[in-house]
Amino acid sequence: MSSENPAMPTLKLVQVLTGHRGRVWNISWHPEGNLLTSCGEDKIIRIWGTEGGVEGKWVVKTSLTDGHERTIREVTWSPCGNYLASASFDATTAIWDKKSGQFECNATLEGHENEVKSVSWAKSGQLMATCSRDKTVWVWEVAEEDEYECAAVLNAHTQDVKKVIWHPNDELLASASYDNTIKMFREDPADQEWTCVATLSSHTSTVWSIAFNKTGTRLASCSDDGTVKIWQVYLPGNQEGIATPDGTPVWKCVSTIAGMHSRCVYDVAWCHQTGLIATASADDVVRIFQESLDSDPNQPNFDLVASSSTNGHKQDVNCVAWHPTVAGLLASCSDDGEIRLWKFLEGTS
Amino acid sequence: MTPKTDLENINPKLYKRTEEREVTTKELDPTIYDPFDAREIFDLIRGINDPEHPLSLEELNVVEERLVVVDDARNTIDVTYTPTIPHCSMATLIGLCIRVQLLRTLPSRFKVSVKISPGAHVSEEAVNKQLADKERVAAALENSHLIRVINECLAGAFTDPKL
Repeated sequence: MSSENPAMPTLKLVQVLTGHRGRVWNISWHPEGNLLTSCGEDKIIRIWGTEGGVEGKWVVKTSLTDGHERTIREVTWSPCGNYLASASFDATTAIWDKKSGQFECNATLEGHENEVKSVSWAKSGQLMATCSRDKTVWVWEVAEEDEYECAAVLNAHTQDVKKVIWHPNDELLASASYDNTIKMFREDPADQEWTCVATLSSHTSTVWSIAFNKTGTRLASCSDDGTVKIWQVYLPGNQEGIATPDGTPVWKCVSTIAGMHSRCVYDVAWCHQTGLIATASADDVVRIFQESLDSDPNQPNFDLVASSSTNGHKQDVNCVAWHPTVAGLLASCSDDGEIRLWKFLEGTS
Repeated sequence: MTPKTDLENINPKLYKRTEEREVTTKELDPTIYDPFDAREIFDLIRGINDPEHPLSLEELNVVEERLVVVDDARNTIDVTYTPTIPHCSMATLIGLCIRVQLLRTLPSRFKVSVKISPGAHVSEEAVNKQLADKERVAAALENSHLIRVINECLAGAFTDPKL
């Protein structure tokens, strides 16, 4: 059986990265794709790199310890690639940089009452967002070097906020919550107040993660209800005739991927190069979905095209991340303590 | 959780303890694959102490063998438990104790779900959702006060009731 170009698309295991003790919660690629960071319950951030380009063998380059007193839930690179933000159950967010030659924590963002669940940088690098079990979303402005000012505390969610992400090229912030909803926020230019501009309701349980497509016209969300939903924005005056009260864009659920995951879906990643959607599920499987070529853009169909059948994780998969420049390269991490690198191979048919 | 001076359920109904399980020669034979069964899982949780009474969850009928469903081949264990009273404020803590006990004693391949018996509690849905959220469970288990309380409840789980 030839493995490189089979008739059907496949997800080929490239490498298994071990080193963390216990559950690995999150992974994040450096914007240039030459580094991968990971974090988990062992309170250590590991930075992985290769000797000979991304196709080489990935090894630990640096381990950042002593930044947090409790589990590190998420770690994210800034768009410029010079900063690393880590969100922790210890209620703080740490900002790391390499100005001294090696990675050091040069700012600690405090204010949340309890566990920080997620952190995200806006495209400009001038804004950041964090969210917490305290039900709030905070927007931070990067004031000066190593200075971060809280620009807004958003109380729109009624429960634990699981994830925050920024629109790929707009200062629009999206958050997902234990209250089953997704909310979007932006700054009102009239009074510089951050306000909730949309609430996306359809999931019937916790929304664990969200991901925008490349242009930011669609959002994928995944939930404890076992489904993935695709939302599409309709601007005022749209041809489809979708009403936009108050002249604000409306997000509408245009597709639900149901019956594909047998348990909770913890993460979703939308590849900005290929348009493929990857999911991380509590049924231990990584799945890849592709939009059908002939599908109606207002009622798109997404087909399961590949999954990690053999060689997969042995426990819940917590996070999936597409490589920013190498199409089809995917990283996943799991409760089994391992990180796996995969290559999505197109079929020949 | 506010500490209570008064017991919520002053006079709980007591139930009989199960007889010790007989270990068969087949189970002792290492060459035969012996899948986990409901009785083995029940044995892991029936000795857990109730947070407010010096009694086990079995004696209070909070856990029952018939409410443990095991599918060894599919790596799933579903435990349903019944708080002694429908407004029991200890319901989440008891569920957490069952979860932690199974987390610590079973192989990691198992997907454990712990839920309240349908209709047995006023906040059934909210408690079930919280117990199913592994992120919140993980955060709770990093709380040193809470873990001490849980450990106290679990301390009885392995003591032979005959001693």
